[in-house]
Amino acid sequence: MKRPDPSAPALARPELDRPVLLDVQDITRLYGPGKGCEAIDFRLHAGEVLGIVGESGSGKSTLLRVLAGLEAPDAGRVVYHRPGDASETDLYAIGEARRRALLRLEWGLVHQNPRDGLRMGVSAGANVGERLMALGQRHYGQLRAAGQDWMTQVELDPARIDDAPRTFSGGMQQRLQIARTLVTRPRLVFMDEPTGGLDVSVQARLLDMLRTLVRQLGLSVVLVTHDLAVARLLAHRLLVMRRGRVVEAGLTDQILDDPQHAYTQLLVSSVLTP
Amino acid sequence: MNGYNFAYLDEQTKRMIRRALLKAVAIPGYQVPFGGREMPMPYGWGTGGMQLTASILGVDDVLKVIDQGADDTTNAVSIRAFFERVAGVETTTVTPAASVIQTRHRIPETPLEPGQILVFQVPIPEPLRFIEPSEQETRLMHALEEYGVMHVKLYEDIARHGHIATTYAYPVKVDGRYVMDPSPIPKFDNPKLDMSPALLLFGAGREKRLYAIPPYTHVESLDFEDHPFEIQRWDERCALCASDRSFLDEVITDDAGGRMFVCSDTDYCLTRRGELS
Repeated sequence: MKRPDPSAPALARPELDRPVLLDVQDITRLYGPGKGCEAIDFRLHAGEVLGIVGESGSGKSTLLRVLAGLEAPDAGRVVYHRPGDASETDLYAIGEARRRALLRLEWGLVHQNPRDGLRMGVSAGANVGERLMALGQRHYGQLRAAGQDWMTQVELDPARIDDAPRTFSGGMQQRLQIARTLVTRPRLVFMDEPTGGLDVSVQARLLDMLRTLVRQLGLSVVLVTHDLAVARLLAHRLLVMRRGRVVEAGLTDQILDDPQHAYTQLLVSSVLTP
Repeated sequence: MNGYNFAYLDEQTKRMIRRALLKAVAIPGYQVPFGGREMPMPYGWGTGGMQLTASILGVDDVLKVIDQGADDTTNAVSIRAFFERVAGVETTTVTPAASVIQTRHRIPETPLEPGQILVFQVPIPEPLRFIEPSEQETRLMHALEEYGVMHVKLYEDIARHGHIATTYAYPVKVDGRYVMDPSPIPKFDNPKLDMSPALLLFGAGREKRLYAIPPYTHVESLDFEDHPFEIQRWDERCALCASDRSFLDEVITDDAGGRMFVCSDTDYCLTRRGELS
């Protein structure tokens, strides 16, 4: 809204009515020349699902870590506009205390490997309830009810609320991780390859569930994936990354059906169809 | 003094520990690192408590040492003998007569008085350790008051056992700020921490951390609204002194199922028996 000119021509797109939630300004985080991400610039609107696609090593996970507040950028700003609040929050200008509170309460992060996002030693119910307890919820009965409710929402059997996550299958662990993240109803969720490592039928059900939840809760999502099919199903908009830079950006169907950049064309034509 | 400095430790070390203690008293419940010294006994036998005792001991002090409430167990007897030899201080088993009490696993039943100092031996000072292995992360969590995970442990207890099954080292919040491990005392003793007139010092020798609860500080045990904090209760009375309000140990007396319940605090039990007879 405030910037005069989104200089990268690839980002030119019709202005949406929904308010900007996340304003990413010229983010650079390099571990070495060409390693990391460079000059990334985009806006995420409320209720929007943005997919970041690219091959391994293209810098998409680095970008996600910077966006999710886990790693400070070398240059650039990540600005969060809280809905219904005129002030803006610069993610790396506020202190660590406020940043961690923001990540815990208003944002969520779904890891590729559920073991990174779950506490494997405690029961499923405690995993789902942890963020609520961090918020100050001190009623065991209500925590348990919330746990069962969310397990139902992610299509897990609520009778297994006292089982440890390590007794769950990979797909179920991923569902549990999603329940644990969404229980505080975050506005913005980052997902790093949420369906990676799952077989296709489990993947399809998970995607279906994710799509339903995103619509029901009005979530805004930044989704990192190397799987174009996942991106097609979930994402409204796509950024295509290569060697740390965004090479193409636009509506998902537009990019996948009519890729302009040579690399995107290669990526789209490399998809295997059975 | 057999060639030792008063109370074994050299003056520079005692001074360093006293400075750390001052900081700990100024920030109730905060774990202050200190340069722990080798003591002539293994870690886990109370080296942290001994270093604190050595630093605060003066020639006029009267020392009492208890282990699980008893004055006559190996650990208590050895530590008492150690300070008798290297500091030459007077020792006692009578709680009100002591000015410094070093303790492991119990707080005396006899209410403490202003001016007394209770020194706890602590094995693991970090209450968050069971759920967060990284020291860097736990210190950050303390700094930012991120204590939600403490309730994860209590939740897990209720989910598995139907009630909060943590019976010792029950986490407390000190002065509404720092969550603290009160060392492995039974939760029966937790209410005695609250508004205690005595100064409470905690020393962990292996982890090289000390912390403190100054006199008259509010200490609250963590719980859930629908599962409030409760202390242990017994149907029996002490078989020796008939006390119905002290912490009881179950003692097996034969191999035919014979057992008796007696006070774990030997001084309290003896005093009561003396009064009764």
